Amino acid sequence: MADGYGKIVTDGLWSNNQALVALLGLCPLLAVSNTLINGLGLGLATTAVLAMSNVSVSIIRNWVRPEIRLPVFVLIIASFVTTVELVMNAYFHGLYKVLGIFIPLIVTNCTIIGRAEAFASRNPVPRALVDGLSIGLGFTLVLMVLGGSRELIGQGTLFDGAHLMFGEAARGWRLTLGESYPGILLAILPPGAFMGLGTLIALKNIIDKRLRGPRPAVAGDVEPATA
Amino acid sequence: MAEQVQEPVMPASATRVKRTHLVAVMMSGLLLGVFGVLGAALVGLSHDGTAARIAANEREALLHQLRVLVPAEQIDNDMLADAIEVTAPALLGTTSTRVYRARNAGEPVAAVLSPVVTQGYNGAIALIVAIRNDGSLAGVRVLTQRETPGLGDKIEIERSDWVRGFDGRSLGNPADSGWKVKRDGGVFDQFTGATITPRAVVRGVKNALDYFNENRTQLFAAPSIVEAPHG
Repeated sequence: MADGYGKIVTDGLWSNNQALVALLGLCPLLAVSNTLINGLGLGLATTAVLAMSNVSVSIIRNWVRPEIRLPVFVLIIASFVTTVELVMNAYFHGLYKVLGIFIPLIVTNCTIIGRAEAFASRNPVPRALVDGLSIGLGFTLVLMVLGGSRELIGQGTLFDGAHLMFGEAARGWRLTLGESYPGILLAILPPGAFMGLGTLIALKNIIDKRLRGPRPAVAGDVEPATA
Repeated sequence: MAEQVQEPVMPASATRVKRTHLVAVMMSGLLLGVFGVLGAALVGLSHDGTAARIAANEREALLHQLRVLVPAEQIDNDMLADAIEVTAPALLGTTSTRVYRARNAGEPVAAVLSPVVTQGYNGAIALIVAIRNDGSLAGVRVLTQRETPGLGDKIEIERSDWVRGFDGRSLGNPADSGWKVKRDGGVFDQFTGATITPRAVVRGVKNALDYFNENRTQLFAAPSIVEAPHG
């Protein structure tokens, strides 16, 4: 528990990545990762909610009786999600329309209540904030990598729809693999999301194994990464 | 729950235990209530802060959509403020379709029907159909659809030009028998691997034209139900 901030950050981004290790929040992860920009948009919205809910939960952690802890967390998370939804509708209207139902559904992302319960309710505010941001960023990165590769394989583009998020100037960011690229439909369809995620998890495990390979496993590396 | 019991309840007086429990329950309820109020306040405040902008966004998005179909140069009225609500489930596929009227110097130019609903491969497809006063199509766009990505979603203007094939068409062009996809002996292309979707769109557009043809006079004559925007 008394780990430094570095550990919190690496946990969130890599060793306890909620999408690749904890396998939480899969519903939005699989549904919205069809383009890089969609992934980035939902990832940032989730990160904002995570940071805010972690901080609030940490602030009130000593006042809330254990029996009503979960309902209070749910109330806090639901309020922040609704706020984020309204703000996105007001300032990123196009992206809001694309992401649709998945913004309100952030409420049901187990990662958020999971971090509130497992980390924020037992740690001081600054640590809870760092944890929220790292976990959120880790989730966003997976969404972006998965979204980017599905977009690239499926329709042969990258940054499609960037103008929805960054304004009209970003229309030119769109990269195309060449007009003749036929696109592999499977990557865009739901099975493509599962295959992509499976591949990412496998890659992460391979990398972890390589990193651990040369030296005998240190206890700290293998310990289950639950907080 | 175990916690209250551990509190030093000295000589096990039953009423005492009951009272501590009651206090605990009330405190919990109160706290829950407080957080409910706080949450509602947060949502209320952000709603107040964003409502005007969201309404403007929605208006802007709709106006943009209408202007693509009926260019602003051709008309001199505010289409958003000149609309009626019609009900024709048999032809328009829904119980409530809004008809925006485009006029120039008071003369009808075009009517934009939104939405016209038709059943696609994967549920309802909502269309916005703009029909000029002479009965020809000013354009058709897809509002919402859940067709198969990569196959049926070519009805979207972002994915293919297919939907532009309706521009300028009318009830006589092609004749009734031609208002089908090519596979069914009509004039409209289908997509490789997806016939049901274009078939549904063609049917929806044809129905909208039929509806317009039958009701043209009333559509332009009925008084607008939308008040001019305030301020």
